[in-house]
Amino acid sequence: MNFRLRIWRQKNRQAHGKLVDYDVRDISPNTSFLEMLDILNENLLQRGEEPIAFDSDCREGICGTCSLTINGEAHGPDHPGAVCELYMRKFRDGATITIEPFRVGAFPIVKDLVIDRTALDRIVQAGGFISARAGSAPEANSIPVPKHDADLAMEAAACIGCGACAAACPNGSAMLFTSAKVSHLALLPQGHPERESRVLKMVQVMDAEGFGNCTNTYECEAVCPAEISASVIAKLNREYARAALQRGAGE
Amino acid sequence: MIVAITGIILILFVIGHLLGNLQIFIGPDWINAYSRHLHDLGPLLWLIRLFLLATVIVHIYVTIQLAIENRRARPERYIDRQYVKATFASRHMVMSGLIVLAFIIYHLAHFTVRVTDRRFGLLKPDPLERYDVYSMMVYGFQNYYVSSFYVLGLFLLALHLSHGSSSFFQSLGLNDRKLTPRLAVGGRIFAWLLFVGYTSIPVAILLGLIKPAQQL
Repeated sequence: MNFRLRIWRQKNRQAHGKLVDYDVRDISPNTSFLEMLDILNENLLQRGEEPIAFDSDCREGICGTCSLTINGEAHGPDHPGAVCELYMRKFRDGATITIEPFRVGAFPIVKDLVIDRTALDRIVQAGGFISARAGSAPEANSIPVPKHDADLAMEAAACIGCGACAAACPNGSAMLFTSAKVSHLALLPQGHPERESRVLKMVQVMDAEGFGNCTNTYECEAVCPAEISASVIAKLNREYARAALQRGAGE
Repeated sequence: MIVAITGIILILFVIGHLLGNLQIFIGPDWINAYSRHLHDLGPLLWLIRLFLLATVIVHIYVTIQLAIENRRARPERYIDRQYVKATFASRHMVMSGLIVLAFIIYHLAHFTVRVTDRRFGLLKPDPLERYDVYSMMVYGFQNYYVSSFYVLGLFLLALHLSHGSSSFFQSLGLNDRKLTPRLAVGGRIFAWLLFVGYTSIPVAILLGLIKPAQQL
């Protein structure tokens, strides 16, 4: 298969970027999207040109490192799934494919398609943890967890922190990410000691990082590679209201 | 959350206002009596009007602020952009809202303050000495331009509410995974029912189904 790629090139954070056209030829339909970029980079290196910088790590959809906007969709057209799970057979032969980074103000571009997502780490640092006794693992059944809660917590915990939710959101909001972390811990007894302070602090840091606000368009859940449901955002709203009321009442 | 609560208040008003207006189909006696009842509320009516005005101002002020923050959150736009799930209505709430605001201002000038149509001052009271709201509405809507602007305003209101009337459940956390898609469908049906209900009035008048109760 042959493709015409229009790829965002940007030297560094300050520089102005632009789309540059590249042609790739004789690509097998079973090549993954990232392998196709690897092939292009090999060719660029052989020609003595600067290869395209892009992020990837596990290449099996579990690490959340790859982050491309392909033809205007975060992680490309094959939802649910990360870019690394996207194959070239999903595209028409001879197609023109536009590749941009995740565009969110809080994710500054480092180079080409590589972005700095440490804003998400700072949200987690604000409260996405539990205070646990260190040492050997406790007996598994010493803290009972209802099955329903465990299932919901597990679904929220599936978030791989890729940031596609914020990238796809018309408002650049990271609500799906933050709400997944908040819900995951709020649903489990281990997360209860910090339940109120966690949601208040994480939302505060999320806002301070310059993410936008949720207007319930649900674009986030449509592109989420971990299939996190936007119902966790409703859960976050409940948790926030509850925590704010308790704080207001002096508890 | 503030947007959701003020939105609910305004939705309740829109429902009540429609029910009041639909009395035009029952006849002049009903709607003129309804109007008289409202005006007889006196200070209470003004209290309600001020409350609604305050609600509108808060709703707009907060949403504009949110919209500015949202714009800042993505300083560099996508060159290519595809939406998978976000509806047209949900992405253009500010646009539809502001046009509805312009419509409301015109609507108040037209039928409440009655400054845009001089004929409304010439209307004689009805047999029971009440202001003839019935004939005012009929004469008002007989103008094609006026009616088209109303239909346009209502279309955008329905578009606004097709997202807004289910969105507030999410903002207030009053839903779950099963309920959300049903609420979204319900919200759309609700919004377009409102559109049909409201536009039925100018349409009926333009088709000549409702005639003025008095000649000018």
